Amino acid sequence: MTARRYPLEISSLLRFERQAIAAAVNLLEDRRPEYQEQARTLLDNLAPLPALAHVVGITGPPGVGKSSLISRLIALALQTGKRLGVVAVDPSSKVSGGALLGDRGRMHVPPRAPIFVRSFAARDRLGGLSREAFSAVFLLRHLCDVVLVETVGVGQSETDIAHVADTVVLVVQPFSGDLLQFIKAGVMEVPDILVVNKADDAALARKAVAEVTAALSLERQSWARPVLAVSATTNLHIDALDAAIAAHYHDLRTANVLDARRAKQMTEWAVSEVRYELGRVGLAALGGSAGVQALWTHQPGAWGALRRLAAVLSRVEYRVAGEM
Amino acid sequence: MKKDVPWVMRTYSGHSTAQASNELYRLNLRKGQTGLSVAFDLPTQTGYDSDHPLARGEVGKVGVPVCHIGDMEMLFAGIPLGQTNTSMTINATAAWLLALYIATAERQGVDPKVLQGTTQNDILKEYLSRGTYIFPPEPSLRLISDTITYTVAHVPKWNPVNVCSYHLQEAGATPVQEIAYALCSAIAILDTVRTSGRLSAGEFAEAVGRISFFVNSGIRFIEEICKLRAFGQLWDELTRDRYGVTDPKLRRFRYGVQVNSLGLTEAQPENNIPRIVLEALGVTLSKNARCRAMQLPAWNEALGLPRPWDQQWSLRIQQILAYETDILEYDDIFDGSRVIEEKTDEIKRAAWAEVERVMELGGVIAALDYIKERLVASHTERVRRINSGEQVVVGVNKFTETAPSPLYTGDSSVILKVDEAAERDQIARLHAFRAARNQAEVTVALAALRDAAVSGANIMPASIRCAHAGVTTGEWSQTLREVFGEFRAPTGIGGVAVARGAEGPIAAQLEALRARVRRIADTLGRPLKVLIGKPGLDGHSNGAEQIAVWCRDAGMEVVYEGIRLTPEQIVTSARDEGVHLIGLSILSGSHLRLVPAILAGLKGEGLDHIPVVVGGIIPEDDAEQLRHAGVARVYTPKDFEMVRILSDMVDVAEAAAAHL
Repeated sequence: MTARRYPLEISSLLRFERQAIAAAVNLLEDRRPEYQEQARTLLDNLAPLPALAHVVGITGPPGVGKSSLISRLIALALQTGKRLGVVAVDPSSKVSGGALLGDRGRMHVPPRAPIFVRSFAARDRLGGLSREAFSAVFLLRHLCDVVLVETVGVGQSETDIAHVADTVVLVVQPFSGDLLQFIKAGVMEVPDILVVNKADDAALARKAVAEVTAALSLERQSWARPVLAVSATTNLHIDALDAAIAAHYHDLRTANVLDARRAKQMTEWAVSEVRYELGRVGLAALGGSAGVQALWTHQPGAWGALRRLAAVLSRVEYRVAGEM
Repeated sequence: MKKDVPWVMRTYSGHSTAQASNELYRLNLRKGQTGLSVAFDLPTQTGYDSDHPLARGEVGKVGVPVCHIGDMEMLFAGIPLGQTNTSMTINATAAWLLALYIATAERQGVDPKVLQGTTQNDILKEYLSRGTYIFPPEPSLRLISDTITYTVAHVPKWNPVNVCSYHLQEAGATPVQEIAYALCSAIAILDTVRTSGRLSAGEFAEAVGRISFFVNSGIRFIEEICKLRAFGQLWDELTRDRYGVTDPKLRRFRYGVQVNSLGLTEAQPENNIPRIVLEALGVTLSKNARCRAMQLPAWNEALGLPRPWDQQWSLRIQQILAYETDILEYDDIFDGSRVIEEKTDEIKRAAWAEVERVMELGGVIAALDYIKERLVASHTERVRRINSGEQVVVGVNKFTETAPSPLYTGDSSVILKVDEAAERDQIARLHAFRAARNQAEVTVALAALRDAAVSGANIMPASIRCAHAGVTTGEWSQTLREVFGEFRAPTGIGGVAVARGAEGPIAAQLEALRARVRRIADTLGRPLKVLIGKPGLDGHSNGAEQIAVWCRDAGMEVVYEGIRLTPEQIVTSARDEGVHLIGLSILSGSHLRLVPAILAGLKGEGLDHIPVVVGGIIPEDDAEQLRHAGVARVYTPKDFEMVRILSDMVDVAEAAAAHL
C-alpha cells in the first residue's frame, strides 16, 4: 500500500481548521514507517514556530470529576474567544488491549466553537500518556491558546503529566483516602495547584482543604501552591480555579522559568523518542541526553534525521540477521 | 368468598398528534379498556416544543406531542376527566403535564379533587435506564416533592409518583436488583418530602399511602410471583419502620405493571403472545401480590410500532384472564406454600442487603454510578448467557426451524407507520397557538414560575397558572433549565467486562476476534477506533452500552458519549477522534431523519470514507432505504450474536480502510 498523503498544510493547522488538526493527530499516531516519516517532517516544520499555548494538566483518581471540571474550564475559556485543545486519556484494558474513551461525554463541546478534543487510550502507559498523546500535546501547543490534558492518576502516572504541562492541577475529593496514597508515592511534589472537587458542603470542604494543606507542608517549593475547594456540578469557585491557573502561568513567565521548563520537557521527549527509535546504544552514540539537547536545539530537521537514522538502522539489523 | 375486582386495564398508547391519539383512546375505551395510559413523544418528555431543532424527526413518534393546553384539551376531547383513570408516563416534565391535566379538567368544569390517575414522576430510573431526564438530581427530587405535597392537599385521589422498577428490569436488573433499587428511589423521594417540612405527620402518612409502583414481570413467572410478594412485605416494613406509618392501609404495596418487553423477540414474533400471557399470570395469580393496573406490550413490538389491532389482542389477554378464568374467585392460592415462602424470603433478604449497601454509599443519588454499573453488568451477563445458549430463547437460540408464517413474512405491513405529515401539522398548530395567545399573560406567568423555582415555593400553582396562560412545554422547561441547570447521567460501562467469567465458546470467539483486531492495527497504522453514538432524544441505551462494552473487550478503542447527541455533535466527535467506524443506535423510530443527517454532516466534513453501521428497531423497508443512503450495515433485534455483529463491524472497517 502506498503512503496516502494526508491533506496537511501548516497554514491550515495554524488557521485552526479542525479537519487538518485531526488529520495531523492521526498522522502522529500512525506507526507505519512511511507515515512516521511524514509525521517527523511535520514536527520539524512546526519546531521553529512559537508554542504559545498554556498547557494545563489535570490529573487525579478516577471518579473525582476531572472531566466535569474541564467542561467548566472549557466554557470559561470559550467565553474569552480562546482556541482550545483538549487531550483526554483513559486507561486501556490489560486483558483485551481495548479502551473505553468516555471523558468526552462529560464535557460540553459546542460543535462550532474553536475547540478540538481528542481522546487517547493510555495503551501500555497505565493511566499516563502514551507516545501518541505526548506528540499530540506538542502539536496542539503550537495551535491553541490553552491545551488541557486530562490523565487518570493512579498513584504514579501523575508524574507523566509533568513532562508536558506548564501547570499541573491535582484533583481530589473530600475524604477519599487518596491523599495518603499520593504522599507515599511522592506525587505531592508534582502539582502546582490542588483542587478539592465536590466541595458543596462548606464544612466538609474546609476539613478537606486543611487535610490537603497539611500534606503539602511536607514538601517545599518556591511557588506557594494554592489549595482550592470547588464544585464542578454546581459551578462553585471555578472562576477562582481559572484565575489560579492563569496566575501560575504568569508566575512561570515573570520568573523566567517557563522557557527552561519547556526546554527540559523538549529534551526529555526527544530522548525518549531517540531511545524508542535507536535504543540505548543509539542514544549513547548521539551523546546521551546532553547530545540530544544540543541536536534538538541547534539542528533544524532533527526529527527527520532521527527517522532516517532509524530507517538505516533497521536495514543494518536486517543484514546482521541475514548473516546469522 | 367475594370475587375480587379486576385490575384497571390499559394500553400504553399515543402517537402522531393529540387528535389522532384522542380517536385511539376513544376506540380503546369502547373496546372495554377501563383506564387510559398516555405515551408522550420524546420532545414532550425532555421538555422541547415540537419546533425545536432537537425535536426534528421525533415529533409524534413514540407518543403524542403535547406542547400546550390546546393539545391537552384536544387529547381528552369527549373524555370526561372526572370519570377517567389516566396514567401518564412522564417524568422530568411531570409537574408540567400534571398542571396541564389539572387546567384541562378545570376547563371541563371538573373539580381537581375527584381526578384519578398517575404521573410516573420517577426521575431516578431515568438516570439509570430510560434517559428522559433534564435537571440534576437535587432540583428533580424537589419537583417530585412539590407534586406530592400539592396533590395530597388538592388532588387527593391522584398517585403523584409511580416508582418504577419496570425500566430497571428492561435494563437488565435481576429481581433482587429491581426491588432494591426501586425501594432506594422511593426512600430518596420520601426523605425529600419529609425534609421539606411542608406536611404534618398525618399528611405525610397520606403521602406515603399515595406512592405507587410500576413494576415489570418477566418470563420466569414463579420467581416473579415471589418477587412481588417480597416487594410488598419490604414496602410494608419500610414504611412502618423508617417512616412510622401506623395505618396498615397506607402501607399497602400498590402497583401497576407492564410486562417484559426485553424478552420479546423479532424472530417468530407470534411466540411473544404465550410469553405475554405467562408474564401476565405472574402479576395476577397471587391475590396478595396482584397488580392494580396492567398494560401489556404487543406481539410485534420488536418489529416496530404496534397497530390498534395488535394492541387489541393484548387487551383481550387481560379480559380473558379477568372475565373467563377463575383467578379472581379465590383467596391467595400460594398462602401456606413452603416453596413460595422460601423463595420469597430469599429474594427479600438479598434485596434488603442491596438496599443497605446503597444506603451505605450515601443513598441512591450518591450511588448512581455504582447502580448503573451493576445494571450494565447484569445485562452483559444476560446477553452472554443467551449468546452461549445457557439461557434458552425459543425460536432464537433454540428450535429455530419454522414453517412459513402466515402472520409475518418479514415486510413492514404488520406495523404502524407514523404519518410523516403529523410533525408538520403539529408545528403549524403550535405556531397558530403561540400567535393567538396573550403574550403579556405568558410573560407574567413565566416570571412567576421562575420566582417559584428560585424561592423554593411549590412549583405547581405557578405551573397551573402557566398552563392557563398558554405557556408551552418548551418555555416551561427552558425557564427551569435556566434556574436548575442540566444533567448528564453516568454511562456505567467503565467497570464492566464481558471477559470476566466468560468461558467456553464465547471466550474463545472473543479471543480470536481480539487477535484479528490486533492484526488490523498494523494495516491501519494504529488501533481500531470506533465511535458508538446515540443520536436524537431516545434514551434507551442498552444496545449502545452493550456494543460499547463488547467492542472494548474485543480490543477496540471505543468512544462513547452517552445519549441525546445531535447529528452535528456526532460528526464533530468522529472528526476530532479520528475513528475508523461509526456505530449508531436508535430505538425511537426516527432513524430515517437522524441517520441521513449524520451522513450528510460527514460528507460536509470530508469524512464520508468513515463507514457507518446502524442498530435499532428498524423495519426492513427502512433498512433498505438506509443502506441505499450509504449505511454499511443495519442490525435489528434478531442479530443477537454479539461476536458475529462485532466481527461484521471489523469486516466493514477493514474494507473501508482498504479503499483509502
